[in-house]
Amino acid sequence: MQYSAWRIFTQALKGNSGWKPVWRDPDPKPEYDIVIIGGGGHGLATAYYLSKVFGQHKVAVLEKGWIGSGNVGRNTTIIRSNYLLDGNQPFYEFSMKLWEGLEQDFNYNAMVSQRGVLNLFHSDAQRDAYVRRGNAMLMSGADAVLLDRARLRAMCPFLDFDNARFPIHGALWQPRAGTVRHDAVAWGYARGADQNGVDIVQNCEVTGLLVQNGRCDGVETTRGTIRAKKVAVCVAGSSSRVMAMAGLRLPIESHVLQAFVSEGLKPVIPGVITFGAGHFYVSQSNKGGLVFGGDIDGYNSYAQRGNMATVEDVCEGGMGIMPMIGRARLLRMWGGIMDMSMDGSPFIDRTPIDGLYFNGGWCYGGFKATPASGYCYAHLLARDAPHEVARAYRLDRFARGAPIDEKGVGAQPNLH
Amino acid sequence: MTQPFRLSGGQIDRSRLVRFQWNDRWMSGHPGDTLASALMANGVRLVGRSFKYHRPRGIFSAGTEEPNALVQLRKGAAQEPNTRATTVELFDGLYATSQNHRGSLEWDLLAINDLLAPLLSAGFYYKTFMWPAKLWEKLYEPAIRSAAGLGRLSERPDPDCYVHGFLHCDLLVIGGGPAGLAAALAAGRAGLRVIVADEDFRLGGRLNSDREEVDGQPGTDWAKAAVAELIAMPRVRVMPRSTVFGAFDHGIYGALERMTDHLRQSDGKPRQVAWRIYAKRALLAAGATERAIAFGNNDRPGIMLAGAVRSYVNRFGAAPGRRVAVFANNDDGLRTADDLRAAGIEVASVLDARTGAAIVDTRGRKALRQIILADGTRIDADCLAVSGGWSPNVHLTCHQRGRPVWSDRISGFVPGGVLPPGLSVTGAANGTMTLGAALREGHVEGSRLAAELGQRPAKGGPPVAADASFAVTPIWHVGASRARSWVDLQNDVTTKDVTQAYQEGFRAVEHVKRYTTLGMATDQGRTSGLLGLGVLADLSGKPVAEIGTTMFRPPYTPVAIGAFAGRARGKAYRATRLTPSHDWATETGASFTEAGLWMRAQWFARDGEAGWRDSVDREVMMTRRSVGVCDVSTLGKIDIQGRDSAEFLNRVYANAFLKLPVGRVRYGLMLREDGFVYDDGTTARLAQTHFVMTTTTANAAGVLRHLEFARQCLWPDLDVHLISTTDSWAQFAVAGPNARALVSRVVDDLDLSNDAFPFMACAECTVFGGTPARLFRISFSGELAYEVAVPARFGDAMMRALMQVGAAFDAVAYGVEALGVMRIEKGHAAGGELNGQTTARMLGLGAMVSDRKDAIGGTLSRRPEMQAEAGLRLMGFRPVDRTQNLMAGAHFLTQGAATDTAHDQGWLSSVAWSPELGHSIGLGFLLNGENRLGERLRAYNPLRGQDILVEVCSPHHLDPEGVRQRG
Amino acid sequence: MIINHPLLGPRDAAEFIYKGDASLIDRPDGMAEGALAAFDAYLHLRDNPAGLHRELWYHEQGDRSWLVVTRNTLTHEITRVELARDVARAQGRGR
Repeated sequence: MQYSAWRIFTQALKGNSGWKPVWRDPDPKPEYDIVIIGGGGHGLATAYYLSKVFGQHKVAVLEKGWIGSGNVGRNTTIIRSNYLLDGNQPFYEFSMKLWEGLEQDFNYNAMVSQRGVLNLFHSDAQRDAYVRRGNAMLMSGADAVLLDRARLRAMCPFLDFDNARFPIHGALWQPRAGTVRHDAVAWGYARGADQNGVDIVQNCEVTGLLVQNGRCDGVETTRGTIRAKKVAVCVAGSSSRVMAMAGLRLPIESHVLQAFVSEGLKPVIPGVITFGAGHFYVSQSNKGGLVFGGDIDGYNSYAQRGNMATVEDVCEGGMGIMPMIGRARLLRMWGGIMDMSMDGSPFIDRTPIDGLYFNGGWCYGGFKATPASGYCYAHLLARDAPHEVARAYRLDRFARGAPIDEKGVGAQPNLH
Repeated sequence: MTQPFRLSGGQIDRSRLVRFQWNDRWMSGHPGDTLASALMANGVRLVGRSFKYHRPRGIFSAGTEEPNALVQLRKGAAQEPNTRATTVELFDGLYATSQNHRGSLEWDLLAINDLLAPLLSAGFYYKTFMWPAKLWEKLYEPAIRSAAGLGRLSERPDPDCYVHGFLHCDLLVIGGGPAGLAAALAAGRAGLRVIVADEDFRLGGRLNSDREEVDGQPGTDWAKAAVAELIAMPRVRVMPRSTVFGAFDHGIYGALERMTDHLRQSDGKPRQVAWRIYAKRALLAAGATERAIAFGNNDRPGIMLAGAVRSYVNRFGAAPGRRVAVFANNDDGLRTADDLRAAGIEVASVLDARTGAAIVDTRGRKALRQIILADGTRIDADCLAVSGGWSPNVHLTCHQRGRPVWSDRISGFVPGGVLPPGLSVTGAANGTMTLGAALREGHVEGSRLAAELGQRPAKGGPPVAADASFAVTPIWHVGASRARSWVDLQNDVTTKDVTQAYQEGFRAVEHVKRYTTLGMATDQGRTSGLLGLGVLADLSGKPVAEIGTTMFRPPYTPVAIGAFAGRARGKAYRATRLTPSHDWATETGASFTEAGLWMRAQWFARDGEAGWRDSVDREVMMTRRSVGVCDVSTLGKIDIQGRDSAEFLNRVYANAFLKLPVGRVRYGLMLREDGFVYDDGTTARLAQTHFVMTTTTANAAGVLRHLEFARQCLWPDLDVHLISTTDSWAQFAVAGPNARALVSRVVDDLDLSNDAFPFMACAECTVFGGTPARLFRISFSGELAYEVAVPARFGDAMMRALMQVGAAFDAVAYGVEALGVMRIEKGHAAGGELNGQTTARMLGLGAMVSDRKDAIGGTLSRRPEMQAEAGLRLMGFRPVDRTQNLMAGAHFLTQGAATDTAHDQGWLSSVAWSPELGHSIGLGFLLNGENRLGERLRAYNPLRGQDILVEVCSPHHLDPEGVRQRG
Repeated sequence: MIINHPLLGPRDAAEFIYKGDASLIDRPDGMAEGALAAFDAYLHLRDNPAGLHRELWYHEQGDRSWLVVTRNTLTHEITRVELARDVARAQGRGR
């Protein structure tokens, strides 16, 4: 069913009784060419591009709960391509370009809203680092603008220009960056993949990987054995647990990242703003809530909840740069489990086991990567070769001495 | 000033009038009123507009669950959006306005949305607004955004202050209703340290709203006496206006206490306190929240929860209407009629949903006028009290791993699964829905917890009250209604929306919630959640128990961001560290800059200097020509002692340290275990078993942590001891040709000749006739230089003395800018180069990494791609056209190459104007740099609009042989 | 969270800095054959269990002890706290 304003109009005349399911609810078949474990944003995007771009139609996405229940359903919705390093920036810019045509592509309004991301800087040294980064962005084909204090002030008069502990000197601005309605990304990809024949199987938990003689040829699930030529793990947050079924250890720790939303407010924050001397970033949703977050709690956790110290740290950051939000109320906090990798960058790679592929390690930056991650993973699965922009995301990069460490903090996941 | 709907009775102070403004109209109420009860007494029925359709809405509840009566409280910078009128304590001069309407509240232009409702069904926005793509940001989204949102921030800094507080107790009782009070009494009498927190300004819970008796007296009187007894107990703390909003790990509870929200002005006192309560045990006695029943047009002003109707009548003496109907599926709701009659209010009809009575529609645009039953009967009424039963407030039981379980007995979810350790539940929150039982349960639980914590329970039984029937039959939705029936009032989610979502495949509870926005409003589904589940259950033919619930997450009720931040804002956002010479520098007119938490002098402007460059150039030139002094106390200092200190250093530094002689200093390169450069500094050997290490300012704490890890975890038996002495010693660099002359006038009895005290020498000594000091002959500037350290308490005096003595040489003080210029001239790597991404090899220090020992980082520094032959190398750069200025952050490109990532050759990391060379210079990283000396490259900086040619040179722009520093 | 420091009693976790898996105590011998591979695995690969996790915390705002805390990553329950130095010695580390 094609969606359009006309469709809404005709449905309205019928009392909205004619809407069809956005995706089917099939039972799993005994065998597929490719089984994707994980019905999150990346898994669904992989299925979508496999079926749309790479001609793979015997594909299933297995989701243990309801699709979109992982980090695609709990994040701060930011998209951007403002990375520094060669291993990352072209990938994220590829993702940004996919975002830009996504809604027309899968005929679902995911509210890709390019309202810009502002990275505030607070010292000359930080400005210099941002200049290097901004130039790297421009050279990758992305957009970047350096705003001085006066221009920034004109854009965001509510920032604390006069009394901040770490004075606001300016910002690196990426106008094309912005936010996306996160749930709709999962639903849009699910709908598109489903229309291309992909089976999206909910309430189907993978309980084992069928590995024999160094080859994986299927999965055991709560809904029976499913054979597959290729098994694609795509379960960020649970990567270590699933890969342990194949006896593999990963350069990943699971950490909790909290995020927060305020009560609805009339528009006040134009785009995304990040604090350069503390842990705080914020945007405002179309419903009016301030959506904000900061640093991970910093300890290994699978508990999907954090503690007060981080809540306070994040709110302190917010008040530190925009004291107008003091009377806005924090409505809801939640915690998601992040695959924190050893260098802060992700993996899209084959594994030592034939037929078993791995996508994970997205740290807290996986949402913006969703389209490119799906596209590049689909490329790898279909062609058995990495996509050009994802070549650096190999599991052996630590052994080779080629980490992609944007923050320069080393093999310490909780610092990335 | 009349209050036409004011009844007699209630717990308000009629002896005093409180005047307030609602939408710029003056009205009056009494102390003890909420804004909602005062509006009700004044006959105000229309108080707000719904989120999506802008439907007229009235007061729906009498508590924090209120979905409709959200107002903007106060004005100016203190304007506070989305404030529930039902929780605002009335104060004299209160100013409140309605929100979320265009035009007046009565004539809201966006009410047109209601007519367009068929087009605005669940998720409509996912299906349109896609063409043309460009219009999303330009047209569609701004229109949606301006219509959405609720109240408005002032966009000015919050004028109030907030604080964090910490409390410890044996037992935290959450909720001061009947069960909570009974438990607190039992625990308090047994001698426990108890905190009783309640969100209301008057403890007692439903006792204040219902007409039930406890121990033979009116419930409200019993509650008052109980609170008085608790307050009198020395180990009990009673906290009204305090909401326990979250159950965190290990018995830590978050609570928000509202200190001045009920006052006209805070007068400088903290508006709110965000408490962290450390409780050995906690008892959740948070009561229950009533829910509605969905039927046609069930959202009109005047349609209210039955329990709220009783609250307004009994507690506040405010009549919700003149002619009230009651519609309920349970005995408790139906008893509302008795209370209405007792207050002299006409009861239009009592409709028991269990016997088939069904409301299918209502009439009245801005206030309820009439209700229509399934059989066509029309009943005139200006208020309808609805009850669909009560849902226990289980929220805090779910903040960790608990998942509530369905109870048929009360048709609601009760606490289940694994509760937060140390938390138990009592009273209505536990599904104990009648008063007598709740009091008994609270009492028993309070006594049990006292015993568990080693106290002998006090004598005496529980308070006694009757147990009125609470029979309830689950009825969620009047199926015969053809008109829209609201499930979530604030977010305008109707049963049709839930049905459509189900039809479109959104069947998981979370999918329905996210697709329809059911339960995502400011009330977090307090009154709508279970109703939505009930509708879903009806659609799927499954029992509610199988549908499950969405997650309850903190906070229980929304908390001001300012409260979480506490005092941390403005300059107090983080601590400020001042150097020992800070006062002197301030007096001298220094400009300061932030270096982490430190404030460091950036430069010292003098009269007649046109700008900072003049000052910096002078400081550099004077230092290089004569002598300059710089406070370098912010560098980390770690005192290292023990027999194995040298061995220890040899393992934590990449270069060799075993053979460093006493009285000598060595530059140390510290790697992380992954082989990348972590930090650098100098380490001095003061004695055979005594070293002093310096670290960069940024890594002072991190290096100590790293060394402690090595000492305690890797080599626990090495005899080595560490302590940070960063704050203990003030340290000053004295640099320049006249440094020796200056220092020799300061230091007592030490031969400073080049032979006796050569480059990289160190000594413990005294200055100015006996002040203990340390002297190091080290140089960051490339000049003949010393660093002299004195105990921090002498730092200010030392700086003054150095400058006084130095006057003979025209000594200058120099700040971090001049320091930076001189280190770039000299080619020393610093922040821009030591960014955690660089290797020793990149920095030209590859030879320092010894492969003859097992030092931290050594092994992994030898990973193949870190040793690539043509990799990045630290080089010097200067503009081909010497009049041009380099800019840090430019990328290098071979001339003629494409300006893309693939052709990126490196970047310029640090730049400075060299007054000595008379042109701009820089340091940067260049692929295969060491083999490209003299090559001309583009320094490409489109971000700052610069694209110039630079020439590759040695990073040592000045005195590459180091003659000066050794002289 | 609250960490029951073996020397100092219960302390708020905010006083501590977290490092990670206590296996970081088991630093390989850099001079041994195959050191590169051993170090790569030591530094980069993790069990990352959902359940009991032995992990290193540093009492930065206190006595600067490194502790080995046994904590459940699903519940955050802490069942054991030891001085890392004792653990290291018990695992055969010395000089």
